[in-house]
Amino acid sequence: MAELCGVVGIGQTEHRAARTDVSMAGLLREAAERALEDAQLTWKDIDAVVIGKAPDLFEGVMMPELFLAEALGGAMKPMLRVHTAGSVGGSTGIVAASLVQAGIHDRVLCVAWEKQSESNAMWALTISMPFSVAVVAGAGGYFAPLIRGYIRRSGAPDDTGIRVALKDRLNALKNPYAHLQIPDVTFEQIEQSPMLWDPIRYLETCPSSDGACAMVLSSERLAEQAPTRPAWVHATAMRSEPTMFAGRDQVIPRASLDNAKALYEKAGITNPRQQIDVAEIYVPFSWFEPMWMEGMLFAPTNEGWKMTYEGATAMDGDMPINPSGGVLSSNPIGASGLLRFAEAAMQVRGQAGEHQVDGARKALGHAYGGGSQYYSTWIVGSDKP
Amino acid sequence: MRDVAIVAFAQSPSVRSDTQRNEVEILMPVVAEVREASGIPKGEFDFICSGSSDYLAGQSFAFVAGLDAVGAWPPVSESHVEMDGAWALYEAWVKIQMGYADSALVYGFSKCSLGDLPEVMAMQLDPYYQTPLWPDAVSMAALQARQCLETGAVTAEQMADAVVRSRANAKSNPNAQLSGDVDREKLLAEPTFVSPLHKHDCSPISDGAAAMVLVAGEKARQHCERPAWITGFAHIMEPMDLGVRPLTESRSTAEAARRAGVDAAKLDVAELHGPFSHQEILLEQAIGIGSSTDVNPSGGALAANPMMAAGLIRLGEAAARIHDGSAATALGHATSGPCLQQNLVCAMEGR
Repeated sequence: MAELCGVVGIGQTEHRAARTDVSMAGLLREAAERALEDAQLTWKDIDAVVIGKAPDLFEGVMMPELFLAEALGGAMKPMLRVHTAGSVGGSTGIVAASLVQAGIHDRVLCVAWEKQSESNAMWALTISMPFSVAVVAGAGGYFAPLIRGYIRRSGAPDDTGIRVALKDRLNALKNPYAHLQIPDVTFEQIEQSPMLWDPIRYLETCPSSDGACAMVLSSERLAEQAPTRPAWVHATAMRSEPTMFAGRDQVIPRASLDNAKALYEKAGITNPRQQIDVAEIYVPFSWFEPMWMEGMLFAPTNEGWKMTYEGATAMDGDMPINPSGGVLSSNPIGASGLLRFAEAAMQVRGQAGEHQVDGARKALGHAYGGGSQYYSTWIVGSDKP
Repeated sequence: MRDVAIVAFAQSPSVRSDTQRNEVEILMPVVAEVREASGIPKGEFDFICSGSSDYLAGQSFAFVAGLDAVGAWPPVSESHVEMDGAWALYEAWVKIQMGYADSALVYGFSKCSLGDLPEVMAMQLDPYYQTPLWPDAVSMAALQARQCLETGAVTAEQMADAVVRSRANAKSNPNAQLSGDVDREKLLAEPTFVSPLHKHDCSPISDGAAAMVLVAGEKARQHCERPAWITGFAHIMEPMDLGVRPLTESRSTAEAARRAGVDAAKLDVAELHGPFSHQEILLEQAIGIGSSTDVNPSGGALAANPMMAAGLIRLGEAAARIHDGSAATALGHATSGPCLQQNLVCAMEGR
């Protein structure tokens, strides 16, 4: 029943620790104007705007889309603000796509962003509420035990995470927008970097970034007229589960597996590793690559690490993961999910430049958030579904 | 467009400060009630969507706890907007339109009592040029009211009458916070709070929650004797800055009503989300509501305003008039941002 939707414009900012050269509005406009330019459209061509970002405390502005409305061409248009924790970038793309797929709008602009330098994410995550356990360790402190659980269960070699980090850091050198660019990065350099939250080392961790990502999504009729070949949306899926309760597997959560199954069913995919050419997966800490290889059903249980180890996830492997350098190289939190979605679309449009995977025709974008409990994913293709 | 109907609605009583319960505890019985009213068991909703604000809760990811209230196990297809629940309802309606869902559970909640609400709302403004001046929400509305009075767009008597109507209607609404018989002349004689606004011109500060169920197609009749069919649904944003938009009219409400295909002359009931008395009148004018329409039979936001739920409650109260057969056509409205910046209109009918 859903109408077809195509990605016709993609833009992102240069991601940096502190973009002091632009305001929040300036940052978002940088991404949005690049997306419009890519689509050869103007602000007037946009019917509705969808904004996504992680918690408002990360910048210290309540519902910032209200003050950003005018800068994003939202005046006298419908605007929605999505917030689904770390998966929000992906969810923002999905909500924008659904406005087209429902036949309500012809062209929707979605923008996701974070400007972490305006506030302090560590503080924002550390507020202690009455009667609840405070996570005074930031995200790394929360996720490290899950990684240890994964290592124990799978028997993965200790250096799996280092290998992921090395691959993504080398990939980032091919992506001019990536925040962290470490020329000549080596295995030893990562291995010897300080241990932050055992087993996560400094260079196995994502940075704190300022950055934004934008996409223009279009109805089938208008996408067919786009100057650059569109990325067609084949399927989207979202799943959520509670943060904690007895019996919840936080290492490979059921919501992840359910989400993957729902996504593949909608996209008609029976063998994801074979049928998907490239994937951009939300990997904020190196070890989440092997974990999500299992969580996204690319690998059997406890064998995700083998894909990393055997080089399958490298750019020249059979299942390239994060050719952009991924979240490990740029993490403007709210934008990180939409960047995964956008990078997937860039791959099937042949727009990824130096980090283009040859012949990519079907790609997957993935985001997760909260306590490994929110998932949003999409599959895009060069061909119509 | 698919036929979609509101088949159930529930809300908590709105109170000035619920010191005994947190947001999840306020929400749980409301979700249970709406589930029971719809007859759809837990786990059988195709989609769930919620609206809330981290700044009202005073913490990041405040909405995550809401999952505990709906019991998201096995995992659910779910989303959240950092907006009033009315926009969560819109997102759910879109999901149903695209064919990804046939039913949806929607909720909105907040405890506005946790901070100094008017000052917290100053955090909503431009962080570089406006927030540092701390213009609180009541003062911003007062600027708008002053302009309305001085241009003659609204009279002081109209504002007082809106309050009289709200309090009187709220007498039959057990969930309202403020109700009773008040007198126009006495209201006008009261001292001003932030001139020209009296305290009674401002909505109360409320804690509360609301939930709703949407079902697509003829199946809706299995869940509700007289479903409230959504005939039009639209929302529009305006620029925030008070200097660049007309404050004595609500252009975005008028445009949303136009897009929702509202025929004001045929409206039996309109539930308008005007957190200040002059705004209720601006909304009536924007939609073109006449004397044949029953405005805010629930008492509206002037009787209870649990933010992030209050807009959804307007839509729910409108739907409830269809459900009980007292109205054939109804309109629900929600607002967000300073001085009616963003507005949503949902038109519905019984048939």
